[in-house]
Amino acid sequence: MKFSENWLRSFVNPALSSAELSHLLTMAGLEVEGLDAVAPPFNNVVVAQVLEVVKHPNADRLNVCQVNVGEDQPLTIVCGASNVAVGVKVPCARIGAVLPGDFKIKQAKVRSIESFGMLCSGKELGLAETSDGLWLLPEDAPVGTTIREYLELDDHIYTLKLTPNRSDCSSLFGIAREVSALTASPCTPLAITAQAVALEEKLVVKVEDAQACPAYYGRLVRGVNAAAATPVWMQRRLERSGLRSISVVVDITNYVMLEMGQPMHAFDAATLSGGITVRRARAGESLTLLNEQVAQLDPEVLVIADDARVLALAGIMGGQGSGVETTTRDVFLESAFFHPDAIVGKARHFGLATDSSFRFERGVDFAATQLALERATQLLIDLCGGQVGAISAVRGTLPTRPAIELRRSRVTRVLGIALSNEQIADLLSRLQFEFTPNGDDYRVTPPSFRFDMSIEADLVEELARLYGYDNIPAIAPKTALTMLPYSETQRPMSRIQQVLVSRAYQEIVSLAFLEEQTERDLCGNDAPLVLQNPIASNLAVMRSSLIGGLINALRFNLNRKQSRVRLFEVGACFAKSGDDYVQTQRLSGLAYGSCQAEQWGVTAKNVDFYDVKADVEALFASLSLRFAAATHPGLHPGRCAQIYLGDALVGWMGELHPQWQQKYDLPLAPVWFELQMDTLLGSKVPRQQEISKFLPVRRDIAVLVDEIVPVQNLLDAMAKASTALVQEITLFDLYRGKGLESGKKSLAFRVLLQDTQKTLTDLEIEASITALVDALLQQGAQMRS
Amino acid sequence: MEQLQQILEQALQQFAAINDEAELEQVKARYLGKEGSLTALLKGLGKLSNEERPAAGARINVVKQQIETALQARRDAMQQSKLALKLAAESLDVTLPGRGADIGGLHPITLTLQRIEQLFHSLGFAVSSGPEIEHDFYNFTALNIPDNHPARAMHDTFYIDPQHVLRTHTSPVQVRYMEANQPPLKIISPGRVYRVDSDATHSPMFHQVEGLWVDEEISFANLKGVVQDFLQRFFEQDDLQVRFRPSFFPFTEPSAEMDMSWKGGWLEIGGCGMVHPNVLKNVNIDSEKYLGFAFGLGVERLAMLRYGVNDLRQFFESDLRFLKQFN
Repeated sequence: MKFSENWLRSFVNPALSSAELSHLLTMAGLEVEGLDAVAPPFNNVVVAQVLEVVKHPNADRLNVCQVNVGEDQPLTIVCGASNVAVGVKVPCARIGAVLPGDFKIKQAKVRSIESFGMLCSGKELGLAETSDGLWLLPEDAPVGTTIREYLELDDHIYTLKLTPNRSDCSSLFGIAREVSALTASPCTPLAITAQAVALEEKLVVKVEDAQACPAYYGRLVRGVNAAAATPVWMQRRLERSGLRSISVVVDITNYVMLEMGQPMHAFDAATLSGGITVRRARAGESLTLLNEQVAQLDPEVLVIADDARVLALAGIMGGQGSGVETTTRDVFLESAFFHPDAIVGKARHFGLATDSSFRFERGVDFAATQLALERATQLLIDLCGGQVGAISAVRGTLPTRPAIELRRSRVTRVLGIALSNEQIADLLSRLQFEFTPNGDDYRVTPPSFRFDMSIEADLVEELARLYGYDNIPAIAPKTALTMLPYSETQRPMSRIQQVLVSRAYQEIVSLAFLEEQTERDLCGNDAPLVLQNPIASNLAVMRSSLIGGLINALRFNLNRKQSRVRLFEVGACFAKSGDDYVQTQRLSGLAYGSCQAEQWGVTAKNVDFYDVKADVEALFASLSLRFAAATHPGLHPGRCAQIYLGDALVGWMGELHPQWQQKYDLPLAPVWFELQMDTLLGSKVPRQQEISKFLPVRRDIAVLVDEIVPVQNLLDAMAKASTALVQEITLFDLYRGKGLESGKKSLAFRVLLQDTQKTLTDLEIEASITALVDALLQQGAQMRS
Repeated sequence: MEQLQQILEQALQQFAAINDEAELEQVKARYLGKEGSLTALLKGLGKLSNEERPAAGARINVVKQQIETALQARRDAMQQSKLALKLAAESLDVTLPGRGADIGGLHPITLTLQRIEQLFHSLGFAVSSGPEIEHDFYNFTALNIPDNHPARAMHDTFYIDPQHVLRTHTSPVQVRYMEANQPPLKIISPGRVYRVDSDATHSPMFHQVEGLWVDEEISFANLKGVVQDFLQRFFEQDDLQVRFRPSFFPFTEPSAEMDMSWKGGWLEIGGCGMVHPNVLKNVNIDSEKYLGFAFGLGVERLAMLRYGVNDLRQFFESDLRFLKQFN
């Protein structure tokens, strides 16, 4: 909400500077988002009238003017503006004036003629972005008056960010009331007098939904001059509140809304048929609004109708064809109280946000409905003339303000400071809350304009606010100390992230929504979780995997000349499951380009499946994983694995499918992995195992197998056949190529044998190795000599 | 006698001239070997009388020892110079860059979150989390924001379906935690939140840390104390000014915006307040017995101030040139 400081000060005028007033409001919860001077500083500029214009003898484009600045003698001023003419009234900067930009006006010779000032454009006064010649003032501008005074430029515009609870401050009077409570400066109420009724004629007003509209006041004013000009002072106040002047009658209703917070509406009485009804819309009805939008109505919507048609969306916006035009002679003025419950959300339903709906959905003072009508009538008669009709009033049950119990002890407990009874009584009085003290307790009745006071906590907040949050000390809590649980079977995520950091992965955070096609491509997700209101089409679906974000990040960096990229991300992935959603935290990473940064003494090698596999294994520390060949829509079918911890599938890894590598324009194939975060966090409390005093014995077994036999099969077979002496079996060499039959590969395993109690005999060693060899032979392996 | 002195001088002279270990051993043999001149003298002792023999033997042995000492000294010297040569040949350019794997790094938001978690951990706050696709009930209704409440318009909510939203704040975790646990409660809840807003100063996804402390005697003054303490510790600035300004959130009362002093002005850091009695009622906590405060901090704002990041969008662009600055 915007308002003019001068207008506010016409109600309450505390001894505070603009900056101090702004701070006061902000610290009271009425945040001042903007405080702007109406005009930049300048002085000594007056309204002047040009009396004579003579061509400059020495310059084609200059004129020598005689200018009346309200003194006995006119001033001679040389002027270059093309629109200077005899009789015009313009701003004149006198000798000694300082204009915006620290431009000082001095007596000066312009081509040998003395000039005693400067005639100004709007731009030169800092009041317009551009100007086309002198600023021509209205004919009635009083010559000699300073421009600042004449245009009331010594004013500031405040922009308030009102919170939804403070509807009582959505008017000048409301803000003045608040400033008065904060500063104890008196607030001058509006002098509103009921207008003498000249016409007994009334429209019949019916309210069908008395809960939605507990108070409706309307009256005819006949014979108005709707073409009258809106007075400058009113235009100025409207403009400084961010409202455009439209026509005098509309301006009056807007003015009263700004002044008192009561939205009003004016109908052209000649367009009405019969009486006024406040009712629910009927299915199938529609209304063309003032903004030309056609609203399709239903019984959820409260409307104002006459006997023939719907006229307006109650409390939101008027319709076309019934509003006041400059030719209107008879006006029907409406001032009503619509219950917030009846209005809330309705404007938004039609894509509207109006000054009227803003106020009604938050709450309008229902004690001032009739007063606002009188105020509007008064202004209408003053500015447009006319004969005042009697008021048609329909009154139902207005909201009540039940008394609230306030305990001083509670105030102390919640705020942490002890307010005295005197302090509490003073604060409540300043807020215009009625109260009855009872020892340390109070029965408090809030005023009609406060829609945000219904429980004790509301009152406690008000006391704190008015007392000043700054005046409440910051105190460290006192509490019984207990330690937090610290499980050793859960690894902190930070430790897992650190494993990847130490392996040269850089963490990223990407948006959780991405382009639908990416989900389809990389995750084979044909039914992605779609946002109902995405911010952009390339951010339309929720990710089911972190792969899309990583590939996007990879591309972003490749486009910036990075050739080696290793990224990881921790984040939630989303999927629909029946009526609910599955949200799992995952850890995902991607490696691209050379294994190690380019450096001397290291042969460059691009990262492959097995490099990344080691990274994945390192993440699980001592837990051993199993990898099984699998297919994934995003990955190379021959270079893709499911990752198992025990029997549980905990993740995927593999090389990006060449199809996507090409589509996403990647020179090399990245290797990607993704793991369920929870499976990474589990851990065991370590138990120490006995260390053998006897040295291990090493035996190597080399075999030849078909290329298609997975090493895991051999390892599994050997594990099954292992005696208690076998401590470790590791593949240490793989060979294919020259010297071998094609389609075969040679594998060499290192076997470590050990006993904790004794040195092994050859016999024992041979028995163990033979068992392993037999197991390998059963898998189709041939022994190599 | 003279012969002995001659042998000694000759040996010393020869040793000094030799620079080769094998040659040295050969020359040694000329004196101390089986056919060596000194060995011959020793053998000649037998010809002497019993009276002469001890003195002559002693003289020969003195010379023999002198020769052996000189021999060893020469050997050592040759070893030394050989080692010196070897070491000189082996010397490295220690200024060449180190080799091998480099390291990556954590995202500045993660660094900020870790810092926040550690600071609150030191006050005994546990960490709790909740879903990002959140039921309307937890995101709004349970937080005292009924349907159509104007406060909903403040939130610019992403909808998944009419009942599910991308959570607009971390506050729903408060509700979930209070449903599942009995007071006293002391948690923070860091996480991602979403709003339909995207420009130079807004990201549609960002991070918040929610804090909640519910106990029998917890006051607004304590809220100020904890938040101020946190901000001063987070920025490592004991004189950091923190300002609390009245505001409105449906789920706290009194409510406040937290501002901190920064470069001569005030910067908004988050919102806070005393947990609204209706929120406690919704989770069956007796609001007469228990009081609580809650706060929500903007993580990106903290990270930007801490690390001098001037464009919020950089956090989510994954630009390695940006990210590596935090390693």
